[in-house]
Amino acid sequence: MGNNISLLLVVVPLIAAPVVAVLPRGRLPWAVALVVTFLCVLFAGMQLWGVLNGGMISYELGGWAPPWGIEYRIDAVNAFVALIVAGIAAVTLPYALLSVEKEIPEDQIPLFYSALLLCLTGLLGITQTGDIFNIFVFLEISSLSSYALISLGRKRQALTSAYQYLIMGTIGATFFLIGVGLIYSQTGTLNMQDLTIRLPEVIHLKTVNTGFAFIMIGVALKLALFPLHLWLPNAYAYAPSVVTVFLAATATKVAVYVMLRLLFTVFPDSFVLATHAKDLFIVAGIAGIIIASIYAIYQRSVKRLLAYSSVAQIGYMVLGIGFASATGVTAALIHLFNHALMKGALFMAVGAIIYRVGACHMKDIHGLGREMPWTFGAIIIGSMSLVGVPGTAGFISKWYLVSAALEQGAWISVAVILFGSLLAVVYVGKVVEALYFKPVTESGRSATEAPLLLLAPTWVLVFANIYFGLDTELTVGVAEKATAILGVVNP
Amino acid sequence: MDFFTDHYNYWVVIFLMMVGLYTVISRGNLIKKVIGLNIFQVSVFFLYISIGTVEGGAAPIITEGVELYSNPLPHVLILTAIVVGVATTALALALVVRIKESYDTIEEDEIHELDHTL
Repeated sequence: MGNNISLLLVVVPLIAAPVVAVLPRGRLPWAVALVVTFLCVLFAGMQLWGVLNGGMISYELGGWAPPWGIEYRIDAVNAFVALIVAGIAAVTLPYALLSVEKEIPEDQIPLFYSALLLCLTGLLGITQTGDIFNIFVFLEISSLSSYALISLGRKRQALTSAYQYLIMGTIGATFFLIGVGLIYSQTGTLNMQDLTIRLPEVIHLKTVNTGFAFIMIGVALKLALFPLHLWLPNAYAYAPSVVTVFLAATATKVAVYVMLRLLFTVFPDSFVLATHAKDLFIVAGIAGIIIASIYAIYQRSVKRLLAYSSVAQIGYMVLGIGFASATGVTAALIHLFNHALMKGALFMAVGAIIYRVGACHMKDIHGLGREMPWTFGAIIIGSMSLVGVPGTAGFISKWYLVSAALEQGAWISVAVILFGSLLAVVYVGKVVEALYFKPVTESGRSATEAPLLLLAPTWVLVFANIYFGLDTELTVGVAEKATAILGVVNP
Repeated sequence: MDFFTDHYNYWVVIFLMMVGLYTVISRGNLIKKVIGLNIFQVSVFFLYISIGTVEGGAAPIITEGVELYSNPLPHVLILTAIVVGVATTALALALVVRIKESYDTIEEDEIHELDHTL
């Protein structure tokens, strides 16, 4: 096996996707997709284990030596992100069975799982590859399949939000492509390791600087960095529940990884520290935390509220990147992992409510917390993690983020992080109020607790939120190791 | 003057890029937006192909007596990007068809109005 695992991680879901599409209706497509995602977790786990114990993995596709051939280059950073993506996929799939049967027309179910596997392929591919053009290709594989997945939502607004995402996503990807072309024209290479060596010689050229700007804007669009987040709230709000869970927990995380990789591995540190890019990230991060949180407070749909909260959480990650210090990047990586856990759990719990009552507007969920205690419990613990209550995973991310800010004496950032948590208390408080303290509606009285198949994956993520809030060895350990590999040091 | 004539293909690229992006932003018709997106993407294809040119280089097909070839790699990359572009356009048009079926219009402002009243 050895290095082949890294390739199998991408190839297995890629080959499974068309197979699933032609399977007969019924539960067989789901079962195949489930097995594939479990295999992916196994591969990703073995890969991270291998990287942590044996060092970097390099796989040459088709035996063509880099920098000419495409190389999969795995170190602790991408192995960590790949495990997050595969792990979330494996938790989402058991959850998908009932939720998808309820929300997607029966004849489209095989195609749905096929698109989900393609999306997984793209996201895993981005993490695995060491070739910058290959990132663009995988980015488009994951994006195109997610446009299709979002458009499958039950309301017709799903179509318009998928269209809006398609337009903005394609502009983002094309910006990325322009940047890659400009940098290729000056360095003659696409291999990221090779770029690290060749870029310092040409870094002063305007072409390279322009390329850097195009790439960063392109990635920021994919990342939904404030103020380029306009596609995200609608896309998350109207997509089928399973798609929201999967995308919220993985897609933006992978874009954060691309940004980290490019900023700290590909481009020379001296260049990144000298440009105003990091100041821009801090400003965008701060604006995102405050403005998106305030928007979240005023939402009337729980899914939209959580989507705006996602934009705010991305602000925290970008703030960590903007500090450009080891602690800051470690905090960004930890939050990347923890946010996948908390948003995964919350969107799953909301999906369970949609499964029972068919809607997630504030007025539709009145009093449901008493009818669905386990779902309500998951929302409570997920919300606590989102706010950053000690004992939950969210606290660990906030702790590291505040430490990174204090290290640099960035008092405004510290204040913003704390104020953002306060705003989070307000918006999750609104959900809890509607769920528990409002009298139950006529239609809600008949609602019963969600089926076990929906609750079990939700609670797996809820327990993960508590576990990683108490035992930080894995998250912090891997994040620190990854930061060291990215070569970020405290200035 | 030479600055303009020597790099005329890049001027074409910039012009097309701006036309495409402006069309995407300014038009309310969903089909026109897709067309704008296509023009924008095509300008990037031109950019890549221009980058691949080597002054005095022949087409990158091995022939006797030719020493200097243009760089074929950007051409190959752009083949991939063209495929991606075709897929994006197909998906976008499919979405427009579905939007037309559910809203009976493909004008952005009318769609917004319909969603607010319902």
